[in-house]
Amino acid sequence: MNEHSGTISIADKAAATPRPVAVRVRGLSDKGIAWLFVGPTIVLLLAINIFPLIWTIYLSFTNYAANRSGEVKNVGTRNYERILNDADIWAAMQATAHFVIWTIAIETVLGFALAYLIDKKFRGHGFWTTLLLLPMMLSPAVVGNFWKFLYEPQIGLFNYAISYLTGIDRTSFQMLGEVSLAPWAIVIVDVWMWTPYVMLICLAGLRSIPDYIYEAAEVDRASPWRQFVSITLPMSMPFIMLAVLFRGIENFKMFDLINLLTSGGPGSTTEVASITLKRAAFESWRTGYSSAFAIILFVAVFGLANIYVKALNKVKQR
Amino acid sequence: MKRLLAIAGAVAAAMSLTPMHEAKAEGSLTLCWAAWDPANALVELSKDFTAESGVQMKFEFVPWTSYADRFLNELNSKGKLCDLIIGDSQWIGGAAENGHYVKLNDFFEKEHISMDDFLPATVVGYSEWPKNTPNYWALPAMGDVVGWTYRKDWFSRPELQQEFKAKYGWDLDAPKTYDQLKQIGEFFQGRKIDGKTVYGASIYTERGSEGITMGVTNVLYDWGFEYQNPDKPYDMKGFVNSPDAVAGLEFYKSLYKCCTPPGASNVYMGESADAFKSGQVAMHMNFAFTWPGLYKDENVGGDKIGFFANPAEKKHFAQLGGQGISVVAYSDHKDDAFKYIKWFVKPEVQAKWWKLGGFSCAKSVLNDPGFTKSAPYAQTFLDSMSIVKDFWAEPSYAQLLQAMQKRVHDYVVADKGTAQEALDSLLKDWTEVFEDNGKI
Amino acid sequence: MSGLSTAHSVVEPSATSKRVAGALVIAYALITLIPLLWIVLTSFKTPPDSIAYPPKLMFQPSIEGYCNLFTTRTRQTPEYLAAMPPPTGYCDRAVRSRNMVIAGPSNVIPRFTNSIIIAFGSTFLAVFLGTLAAYAFSRFRIPLKDDLLFFILSTRMMPPIAVAIPIYLMYRELGLSDTLLGMILLYTAVNVSLAVWLLKGFIDEIPREYEEAAMIDGYTRLQAFTKIVLPQATTGIAATAIFCMIFAWNEYAFAVLLTSGEAQTMPPFIPFIIGEGGQDWPAVASATTLFLIPIVVFTVLLRKHLLRGITFGAVRK
Repeated sequence: MNEHSGTISIADKAAATPRPVAVRVRGLSDKGIAWLFVGPTIVLLLAINIFPLIWTIYLSFTNYAANRSGEVKNVGTRNYERILNDADIWAAMQATAHFVIWTIAIETVLGFALAYLIDKKFRGHGFWTTLLLLPMMLSPAVVGNFWKFLYEPQIGLFNYAISYLTGIDRTSFQMLGEVSLAPWAIVIVDVWMWTPYVMLICLAGLRSIPDYIYEAAEVDRASPWRQFVSITLPMSMPFIMLAVLFRGIENFKMFDLINLLTSGGPGSTTEVASITLKRAAFESWRTGYSSAFAIILFVAVFGLANIYVKALNKVKQR
Repeated sequence: MKRLLAIAGAVAAAMSLTPMHEAKAEGSLTLCWAAWDPANALVELSKDFTAESGVQMKFEFVPWTSYADRFLNELNSKGKLCDLIIGDSQWIGGAAENGHYVKLNDFFEKEHISMDDFLPATVVGYSEWPKNTPNYWALPAMGDVVGWTYRKDWFSRPELQQEFKAKYGWDLDAPKTYDQLKQIGEFFQGRKIDGKTVYGASIYTERGSEGITMGVTNVLYDWGFEYQNPDKPYDMKGFVNSPDAVAGLEFYKSLYKCCTPPGASNVYMGESADAFKSGQVAMHMNFAFTWPGLYKDENVGGDKIGFFANPAEKKHFAQLGGQGISVVAYSDHKDDAFKYIKWFVKPEVQAKWWKLGGFSCAKSVLNDPGFTKSAPYAQTFLDSMSIVKDFWAEPSYAQLLQAMQKRVHDYVVADKGTAQEALDSLLKDWTEVFEDNGKI
Repeated sequence: MSGLSTAHSVVEPSATSKRVAGALVIAYALITLIPLLWIVLTSFKTPPDSIAYPPKLMFQPSIEGYCNLFTTRTRQTPEYLAAMPPPTGYCDRAVRSRNMVIAGPSNVIPRFTNSIIIAFGSTFLAVFLGTLAAYAFSRFRIPLKDDLLFFILSTRMMPPIAVAIPIYLMYRELGLSDTLLGMILLYTAVNVSLAVWLLKGFIDEIPREYEEAAMIDGYTRLQAFTKIVLPQATTGIAATAIFCMIFAWNEYAFAVLLTSGEAQTMPPFIPFIIGEGGQDWPAVASATTLFLIPIVVFTVLLRKHLLRGITFGAVRK
């Protein structure tokens, strides 16, 4: 990691507007090139994102089932009403909230602490930081699948380690099979994977604080704790918030890890929104109903993210 | 970095030159099935077909926990991956009504293949839609039914027999009733045998696909559970949630709580067989397909293993498994696919199929005088096949199954609510599904 | 905290606090690496060793897991085995010793090939489109530029399952279900938003004076772009490409829902590797190891650009 200061530019209103180029343009005009260059990307996104989105909106008002060829009826807002009145959907939202809130809380604390320690620039910190980052680069599906093996009560390494450290019988608890433990089992794996992510962003935040501010505080004889609270924390806050934003969106959508670890079980304990959606859409084939749920989820992510970005920009300006 | 980019560019460019859609080689068939022992036996068997016809075989096997998901997804997307599919018995309604399978009546007539040559239960279960009408969408390929295996070697130890008799008052043997089954389970649970802790029984508890439903229905049928009023289709109230059904579900949970190994909260066929194979359990519930493999196992097979059909309670049933082989309507190789079925149906092929570890449904194999002696589990298999009952095979089967998975797993494994509440909720879910589909 | 030493300079923490920090970070790193180490170790165990209790740290290494990964096997009676020709090669012998015969190759090689084709194909397209769009966004006045950029980013916010519903229906109509082309197009669309945002950042950093000077020298705009900007942006393009590749390589949700065989990649395939009963852990671990190696290499290559990549270019250094 190098030591330049970091800058955040999320949703920055356009960088500098280009100055008019003072040269005569030959060949294609700039305007032509601009459209030629941007066009294909926009077309692709329209075809693969926007058109399907509009289709989903349409489907959400029908009783369409993708595995049947019967007639498609317009059912008005019935799908939406059903979803909002469905206790199972609310249970899924609660499971999602539990997962999102706890993973973010733990990852933020742990990630920030790690960043703070790494920022001490001990010998070999570059090497160890790279090693530390490995889990987040791996496929959650592939690695999540392997965690099932680690969580095996009889032969798994996790239960063995816990029993070795605490003396509890290794077969007396099942991380993936017990209602009280399964929600934490998925949190542990997510924390294992994504703490480095938060760490990396926090590290950039810590390194963005200019030294002279600390030097001034030192002159004022501010205690280290005081420096931490009044300089380090507030000045890296935009970065922490950014990390929370990204993790929040990702974990709200979380599917692969949980699908492989518990597939929503035991019972429906870890059935987060994406799993419910997948079941409704690709197992029960209630396409209309699941489209409505997809739209609700999308509006929720989009709305929350927007509010959050506004808050983030406010913090940044302070 | 620069070099890496250059390499990436070169590879990408090279690839864009090669056609994306590699056409399947002429004379090649893809057969889709679940990833399990019989499928590997079928690979072995099909080598004869390739030798005879020159048609190369390719296989797509998917583990049971993803099998329905994956292949129903494939069929619904009108995919061309599978030319032949050995699809689960419950798919037949949807596959027939939505045109995923080719109707086989004409083919059977032309090739003089008669459904009378197959065990009636398998014809109804695997081939017909609507049920009990002569409309065939598959050829019975693999007979299967839930049954049990037990550790004959442990059951026959004199000291254990004595202790058991003293405790329960009857001779330790393969159970005939569920009470007996549970007593045996409790007897072995946590016991040390040859220095190793062992457990009572392994039963199905899987959440993701169909596992716990198959296990629960297998027991509920015996306690008197019915899907619907026998006289009035789709009239489910008082049948799905009858007091008998509730008692059966409570029993299943008590069995899960008292007698299964730790960590058995997400067990289906594979895990259950593993538990037995690793010498952890005295009994194990599983589909019959596991029996040949377990019998051949060097640690628990041979004279250490015994087999018994489902115990009886009020009634005597067992959950049907098994599949028929169908030709996929979207295939480009239907002629070769028909050729395969024509080959597969031959009595000598069916005989070898049974020998390699597949469960043939052909009467030529099952009614052969030597059949019951041909394997130690052959009799148990025949007994079990005579008492089969299956889950809904309606086009909306997936939704019905989803609901049951959730309700019973919530109750049995996740300790949510009572058995009565679970079955009441199930009734509500199922009623909704049939209402949505205009059946009620 | 760093209060252990009183005379520390803020720029240079004291030796003690460095040592403590180092010890803590190294301890954390070592603990989090255990699962990865366990994957590699398990891949070299025999199936009985892999499920032994207590977990075995020392064992006789074996490549049986790799044998099982590349084959399908069927259990047969000793008589059947005895009647077969003698085994050829290590894997054959290992399989026979467990009373099984190799029935044929497994599907792992086609799946690995699919992963490579889809990752390279979608990366190439996404970076190609992304470079053009990023240049235009960086250099030209485009109406509604900010809205367009935000629109491009927002496509990443949708839950993949939600996107997969209409894509599934669309691909079914177009005959793109379970095809390499379909997956490449889909991953390109997902990756292009990342590519545009990252590359815009990189190109913003290239002084526009270079192009202007070149254009005064008689270059056309296109020539300036290809001859001046592209060479300057090589590092950024390479970093972006690797990020796109990692995404496509690791992606699971779309792959599991939209492919069933012909175009299936490794992530949905690996959990499908089962032995006679449940998952064959040494084989799963072997597949996982082979699958992770490229990513580990990429991570090391990319370490300077990781931060930028994971934040869509929002944080730069």
